Amino acid sequence: MGLRETFLPWPVLRQARAVAGLPGAGRGDRSGRGDSARSRVTDRLQPRTSTADRVVASVCPYCAVGCGQLVYVKDERVVQIEGDPASPVSRGRLCPKGAATKQLVTNPRRQTRVRYRRPYGTDWEDLDLDTAMDMIADRVLATRDATWTDEDSQGRRVRRTMGFAALGGATLDNEENYLIKKLGTALGAVQIENQARI
Amino acid sequence: MVQGSNMAECHPVGFQWVMAAKARGATLIHVDPRLTRTGALADLHVPLRAGTDIALLGGLINYVLCNGLEFREYVVAYTNAATIIGEQFRDTEDLDGLFSGWQDDKAGYATDSWQYEGTSVASSAGKRERGTRARHDGQGRSHERQATGRGHEHGSHGAALSDLSNIRRDETLRHPRCVFQLLKRHYSRYTPEMVARVCGIPVDVFLQLARMVTDNSTRDRTTAWAYAVGWTQHTVGVQYIRAASVLQLLLGNIGRPGGGILALRGHASIQGSTDIPTLYDLLPGYLPMPHPDAHGSLDEYVADDSADTGYWGNMRAYTVSLLKAYWGEAATADNDYCFDYLPRITGDHSTYQTVKAQLDGSCKGYFLNGENPAVGSANAKAQRLGMANLDWLVVRDFALIESATWWRDGPEVESGELRPETVGTEVFFLPAAAHTEKDGSFTNTQRMLQWHHAAVDPPGDARSDLWFWFHLGRRIRAKLAGSTAERDRPILDLTWDYPTSGEHAEPSAEAVLREINGRAADGTCLSSYQQLTDDGATACGCWIYCGAYADGVNQAARRKPHTEQNWVAPEWGWAWPANRRLLYNRASADPEGRPWSERKAYVWWDEGKGRWTGHDVPDFQPTKRPDHRPPPGARREDALSGIDPFIMQADGKGWLYVPAGLSDGPVPTHYEPQESPVPNLLYGQQHNPARQTSRRTVDPYQPSGDEPGSGVFPYALTTYRLTEHHTAGGMSRWLPYLSELQPEMFCEVSPELAREAGLEHLGWATVVTAREAIEARVLVTDRMVPVRVHDRIVHQVGVPYHWGGNGLTTGDSANELTHLSLDPNVHIQETKALSCDVRPGRRPRGADRIALVEEYRRRAGITAETGTAPRTAASPGGTA
Repeated sequence: MGLRETFLPWPVLRQARAVAGLPGAGRGDRSGRGDSARSRVTDRLQPRTSTADRVVASVCPYCAVGCGQLVYVKDERVVQIEGDPASPVSRGRLCPKGAATKQLVTNPRRQTRVRYRRPYGTDWEDLDLDTAMDMIADRVLATRDATWTDEDSQGRRVRRTMGFAALGGATLDNEENYLIKKLGTALGAVQIENQARI
Repeated sequence: MVQGSNMAECHPVGFQWVMAAKARGATLIHVDPRLTRTGALADLHVPLRAGTDIALLGGLINYVLCNGLEFREYVVAYTNAATIIGEQFRDTEDLDGLFSGWQDDKAGYATDSWQYEGTSVASSAGKRERGTRARHDGQGRSHERQATGRGHEHGSHGAALSDLSNIRRDETLRHPRCVFQLLKRHYSRYTPEMVARVCGIPVDVFLQLARMVTDNSTRDRTTAWAYAVGWTQHTVGVQYIRAASVLQLLLGNIGRPGGGILALRGHASIQGSTDIPTLYDLLPGYLPMPHPDAHGSLDEYVADDSADTGYWGNMRAYTVSLLKAYWGEAATADNDYCFDYLPRITGDHSTYQTVKAQLDGSCKGYFLNGENPAVGSANAKAQRLGMANLDWLVVRDFALIESATWWRDGPEVESGELRPETVGTEVFFLPAAAHTEKDGSFTNTQRMLQWHHAAVDPPGDARSDLWFWFHLGRRIRAKLAGSTAERDRPILDLTWDYPTSGEHAEPSAEAVLREINGRAADGTCLSSYQQLTDDGATACGCWIYCGAYADGVNQAARRKPHTEQNWVAPEWGWAWPANRRLLYNRASADPEGRPWSERKAYVWWDEGKGRWTGHDVPDFQPTKRPDHRPPPGARREDALSGIDPFIMQADGKGWLYVPAGLSDGPVPTHYEPQESPVPNLLYGQQHNPARQTSRRTVDPYQPSGDEPGSGVFPYALTTYRLTEHHTAGGMSRWLPYLSELQPEMFCEVSPELAREAGLEHLGWATVVTAREAIEARVLVTDRMVPVRVHDRIVHQVGVPYHWGGNGLTTGDSANELTHLSLDPNVHIQETKALSCDVRPGRRPRGADRIALVEEYRRRAGITAETGTAPRTAASPGGTA
């Protein structure tokens, strides 16, 4: 172990040397809060952005400004999300919400399993996703059959169901909204709405 | 000018451009009841009483007109200021706050008397009489049209005009019935003194503001107006934006760089969900949902809504191409391209009507796709009680939001109004994929599509909504296979064969975007909506998005750095229509096609090349000369002249006056909010007479103005957002960072109000309306300024609306306080201006909470009728 590996790197000594202007000390670090204060741990740190396997271009999911985001992925997990400096909208900046996006998508509080509450039930139950999808399809068709209207009370041809509705959301992709409206219209459902009304 | 928006806190990264402009010498003004970081950074912050923006904007219009400060050359050439209105029209000046055409029995306007002289508009009688059923008279017709909420159908275009050559114009602007003179008369009572008495803005501050705006609106300088839901969430919300449109057109600030009226929208793709609507009254690209009376066939539908002139004249091509995208091979000329497959709307079927249908039991199933109405929609109790009356509810979100768990832990369970054992609603919670886990495009507030790429797979059962709706549709189609029922043909004939990939069979979002973009008969991607035809040869899922996949390339995924292109940055993403970044930009040049000034040059006519050119894609036929005048009988866009920049309007003009398309008047007029502590000083008519009210026990209204009992709710209330939270909290209240930054529900009051009501800083307050009582921590701050209006001081209370009972940070929801009185054009609720009481201490628990609110209702004398009269009794206007 060399002398420099022992006590000489102690910040207080480095700071003293910097203040005294001794050789080997951080130049121009008279406050002792710059290079003099760097530790070996600090020197060995690497930003997650430099060790990521890939960087994926994205867009902030919060407000409608549309700030560019860069999503850093390592071992198939999102490890960092930062502003995209190339974006003419945001020039790399994110607000507190946008800067918290990694926590949004990697949050352990995210619900990742289907939950089911039966009529008059007092608690949640587990349900298989495939079964849930099948049950929902059955509910849609049963409600549609029960409430189908070819002609309204004034005898006008309306060919629709007012038996079910959809609301939201305005954070869905255009492609998702397109499918919701397309399927809803084909089913005869007109109460297809979203946050834009609110 | 930022008004109706707290841009620095709600759109912080967009606000950097405002600050960049300020650093280069721009003046920034913020008009808002509260001093926020936007106001703190402004050259001038103008506090006003919530709900009085039209009075202020009307005052500015009056200031412009009285002082001859309009941009005369722009106004004469590009707006309908010179157009002469029919003799039958009567203004609010004549009828004490009502326009002509008011019908007491229908609680709405017949708009026939609002028309241009010599023409009729789409909502009148005439060509629209060719429906499948016997027609009503013209008045009934126009009334019914507004009652179905079909004003909004004109989202991208004005109403049709029957014959442009019959329009009478007086370009001296002196004719007593020309729009310009009509505006002068209408706004003559919006004096600086009246603005002071209604809004609480001192005369000298108003005059300073007026000078700042008008000095900055010239050939060399433009003024931009930014707004957000501070303007839309009112019973006169559409007229707020209209008032800004009138002012900005008079000042020549539309279609020019640095000008405009900028809607600062609040969700990543809320613009997209309007363009490709999940809205009851629209089909993609602002095509109206058909109505059974006038839309029995495709021909009738097109004849009813299409314009003979302007780009809306191509509506048939847009419609047929959409039907081909939906139903493919099944859609043929012989079967009207499956037009009959479209369900019909017959009234207002918007989200608040759905809640009432749930309460009535006629709506039995409900999908919530990333939406939390138990916190985020007005009258949260009505939302929950509606859900408690459903057969089934599907919630798709990141976490167990309040709209998924109300049956076990909602406020009504606490109060004893609901018990899980008696709630029959079957609830499915399906976890949603995040934007980092799926491909797709968002359309931002500037109409720009940006693609986000999937970075990782979603965890567990989480799936994209693309996956959910595609596979739900696939299962439904499989279950119906072989059905011979006529009602099932639209599902079985639907084009629904998107390619999938991966272990979850995720459908291809790019394939969906290609369908939205449209294809030619040979299957190649279209590049412009001008290629769309009405003979079934083209298919296009949303005509205004045609070109988003031009040349078979995902244009929304373009990311050329801003450092490598010009300041308009046309190669980043893709903006509809046709990648134009600034709409109606023909107006950035003078009638001869020259820039109004070199400083404000944007798009101009290049005589040498014989075409329009500039920094952006010209929003005009590229080779139409400025001196072009259409021959008689020309149609569609060819009917517009070389000086008609507003190409979606039938007359190519910016509409200072709206002869058709609005339910509550052709010119913006100040009315007090549904609930106001003061009477309307401008007219005998207190409220917007055409506003919607619900007349439900769950949605009582408070007395207003000088009505008996209004003193029980003496304070003005407004709701707002915080930087660190997002709408109803589903994307913020579960995050530790954001919850730590804004850990608790609070209300903001002035030191004066704190003294009057006995509130302590950091203590508790209970805020009460006729609907509910909520508690909040008290923030006493001189950011809240009491305003002197009428003959009294009005105190204002501010409440953020993000909180609910679930998540890391919890609190009462502001929407417990709000009501379901709506704007009549677009059915948006009035959550930005109410009245309330505020008292020290926490709210009572359980049944005592209900008792407290009942006591308030009793003291105020509230009945089912309170606040529901469309026309104020003293107003004589209804006799017109």
